[in-house]
Amino acid sequence: MAKEYETVIGLEVHVELATKTKIFCGCSTAFGGRPNSHTCPVCTGMPGSLPVLNKKVLEYAVAVGLATNCDITRYCKFDRKNYFYPDNPQNYQISQLYLPICRNGYVEIETEGTAGETSGETTRTKRIGIHEIHMEEDAGKLIHDEWEDCTLVDYNRSGVPLIEIVSEPDMRSAEEVIAYLEKLRLIIQYLGASDCKLQEGSMRADVNLSVREVGAKEFGTRTEMKNLNSFRAIARAIEGEKNRQIDLLEEGKPVVQETRRWDDAKEMSYAMRSKEDAQDYRYFPDPDLVPVSISEEFLEEIRSRQPEFRTEKKKRYKAEFDIPDYDIEIITGSKHMADIFEAAVELGAQPKKVSNWLMGETLRLLKEKELDPEDIRFSPNHLAKLIALTDSKAINSTVAKEVFEVMFAEDIDPEQYVEEKGLKTVNDEGALRKTVEEVIAANPQSVEDYHNGKEKAIGFLVGQTMKAMKGKADPASVNKMLKELL
Amino acid sequence: MEKTELLALSAVELGRAIRNGETTAVEAMEAVLAQVDRTESQYNCYVTLDREDALKRAAEVQKKIETGELTGPLAGVPVAIKDNMCTEGMLTTCSSKILHNFVPTFSSEAVLNLEKAGAVVIGKTNMDEFAMGSTTETSAYGVTRNPRNPEHVPGGSSGGSAAAVAAEECYFALGSDTGGSIRQPASYCGVVGMKPTYGTVSRYGLIAYGSSLDQIGPLTKTVEDCAVVLETIASHDTKDSTSLNREDTDFSSALKKDVQGMRIGIPRDYFGEGLDAEVKDAVLAAADLLKANGAIVEEFDLSLVEYAIPTYYTIAAAEASSNLERFDGIKYGYRAEDAQGLHQMYKKTRSQGFGPEVKRRIMLGSFVLSSGYYDAYYLKALRVKAMIKKAFDQAFEKYDCILGPVSPTTAPKLGESLSDPIKMYLGDIYTISVNLAGLPGISVPCGTDSKGLPIGLQLIGDCFGEKKLIQTAYTFEQLRKEGK
Repeated sequence: MAKEYETVIGLEVHVELATKTKIFCGCSTAFGGRPNSHTCPVCTGMPGSLPVLNKKVLEYAVAVGLATNCDITRYCKFDRKNYFYPDNPQNYQISQLYLPICRNGYVEIETEGTAGETSGETTRTKRIGIHEIHMEEDAGKLIHDEWEDCTLVDYNRSGVPLIEIVSEPDMRSAEEVIAYLEKLRLIIQYLGASDCKLQEGSMRADVNLSVREVGAKEFGTRTEMKNLNSFRAIARAIEGEKNRQIDLLEEGKPVVQETRRWDDAKEMSYAMRSKEDAQDYRYFPDPDLVPVSISEEFLEEIRSRQPEFRTEKKKRYKAEFDIPDYDIEIITGSKHMADIFEAAVELGAQPKKVSNWLMGETLRLLKEKELDPEDIRFSPNHLAKLIALTDSKAINSTVAKEVFEVMFAEDIDPEQYVEEKGLKTVNDEGALRKTVEEVIAANPQSVEDYHNGKEKAIGFLVGQTMKAMKGKADPASVNKMLKELL
Repeated sequence: MEKTELLALSAVELGRAIRNGETTAVEAMEAVLAQVDRTESQYNCYVTLDREDALKRAAEVQKKIETGELTGPLAGVPVAIKDNMCTEGMLTTCSSKILHNFVPTFSSEAVLNLEKAGAVVIGKTNMDEFAMGSTTETSAYGVTRNPRNPEHVPGGSSGGSAAAVAAEECYFALGSDTGGSIRQPASYCGVVGMKPTYGTVSRYGLIAYGSSLDQIGPLTKTVEDCAVVLETIASHDTKDSTSLNREDTDFSSALKKDVQGMRIGIPRDYFGEGLDAEVKDAVLAAADLLKANGAIVEEFDLSLVEYAIPTYYTIAAAEASSNLERFDGIKYGYRAEDAQGLHQMYKKTRSQGFGPEVKRRIMLGSFVLSSGYYDAYYLKALRVKAMIKKAFDQAFEKYDCILGPVSPTTAPKLGESLSDPIKMYLGDIYTISVNLAGLPGISVPCGTDSKGLPIGLQLIGDCFGEKKLIQTAYTFEQLRKEGK
């Protein structure tokens, strides 16, 4: 009889923090820029330069720690991780090993009631432990010039602040892993600590995975998987690695503890280095940085600044706004979208209408253009104006959708745009009557059909009238006028 | 003023003469450069001399003195900088082949402070490679000779700075002290040298050896110069996390000839086996002189002295092994020509670029930090360091300063030290605990041995205790000058 296996997964998640300047110097963290234009003696490891901690990094790290129920280490230190590689200008990375800033936290995830424990309900809540969160610096980038056959280094990313969130091996399926990552992403986005984009590398996850027979007490030998650039890739890599390890065990071969690189195009992983090749990083406390003592006041200040997180926001929306649960789920699923929603409502737009624009046209366009909610560029002010324009019947819904598409792409001011393009509904009854009369005259067949009881024919006539008015009429008024004249 | 007369002045005297219009910054620089021409070929104090620019800068400073823009005591005074402090646009080698072509894009904070005060940099002084050594013989650019007797070493690692002051090839110099590297060469060359409390002078721009121990300090002709230079270079620097914000840096206010009631402790542990009899006699005679002038002098047991050397070499080497990783041939400095691939380039560059003493300490440091040995060596050394600090804390409950020798012997002959590194390391016994405890220490000339080689007296103070040290050292210097 085939053995049953259980997958055990722990995650190491790197998150790039949204500070304006680097972790140990005043250089900009902005993306792009000419190679080595965002650098100084500190982040290029020039002799004699010294690091000074950016306090904002500490604030973000503590905020994430508090939001994930961690103990904050009140006396924490930075350590040097020594290894030679050209992307690392000092040949040591400043990180934290002995006294990381946060420890012993957890987040709660909701998953469909599958994997292992059965609960009968459709969703269940599970706690995923967080072993620690530490602060560290990012490395530069190596660029290989095939033509000149040489490698160049760009230190613009060198010294960009990161936090690494190390989970306990508490996850049992790809679904739980994705739920955990989504949860972390939301918490961090809500804090404004990072935009957490996997594709762009501002959130990176390494997956530690082992399998064991169901019921076994000991963990199996684990591997670490790198190069996972999307939730889809993570799910596929987990599936692939689980199967690879089970196949090995079934064949009676051992799993080797090693680091593997996932190739998402080939849906395969490759061994990068085994435990035997593991480097001795010779960690020791960085003597250039004084230990950080976190005061009660500092902690209290961070605590008081913690935002309303998703769970509370969902509850509040339910109580305050008359919109469907499903809409609440989607809108609060992105801090940016929730911000737009709240701001537009604040400006006087009706919540249901704001929600409709977000749930309808916005999601449609995001999907069409393969964008994330975080990429929405139109301002809540413009959305509120657009809603006001439709409310006052200044434009009809068809025109509104057209205006919205331009607004979505370029964040134009809808009032100004409608004015400039002459898109306002014609409310001149004389002009409307004239056009309707012309349409009736030009379509005797439809008129006859209508009189013969074919109600549908009126729809055609409305359409013809709207066309003749170049869409700038209110369809309800057209309908009324047609009935009257017929 | 006559050039020979000019050279005999102290830094403060020269500054005064320039302000009074008796001489100019340019004349002073010309006098120093003429002296360099006479003696440098023999002593080799400098790695880099910047004659033309030095004269140009002296002329600029002279103008600012005349317009009243510069009024400080060091305005117009030529200074030599140890070659491990970055100087913008001026070669900075750490006396190592691996930085043979390195020109920094910025100046270290201490140098900037001096330049702001109008001191004129003349060049960069020779040192033990990356400040690792006690004789200036590990330099990749030749040995420096002791101006008091060229058959002997000037001490190290700030040997070039001490020798330049002694040879009047500058009016004062900056050195750095990780385990005695200012005080010991000052003692060997018969000049004044001081290591301040850790954090008093910014380390920004100082190419690190042992970051938790390194401090920049002055090497001068007199205690007065020492106090004035130290108050000029001391500053709170936000670019250095370990820099202190002190308000008591008006060190020249302590230049008082008075030791009445000064409580001075003499650690018995500093006068045991290994201490040269002539050095011992000179140092105890100095203690007697202070006692005769009102100081309360008594002996006590400091304890833990024998642990200082292994503790120091564990911590300093560990930090050095990491600090020196950046010298890899990628970004600046020496790169091996014939390497194939990255790994070989690292290996060849570092094998060819570093000298044997630096390699020895990198290996030692890498070993004590390696997995499985970290707790047994590095962590234990940190604990002993804390105990040593505690022993000093206890002593300073009773004493204003501690008096002892700087070094067990006077300057050894050239070539005698490097063959036996352990013996060389043991020579640091009286100076290194001061660095481990972060304390200030000063070396003042107190006599010569039968060969005519200078002997230094060391005074050690509590953290922030520079003023008591300066007062005691100044009083001793004045009493000695008066021949009392």
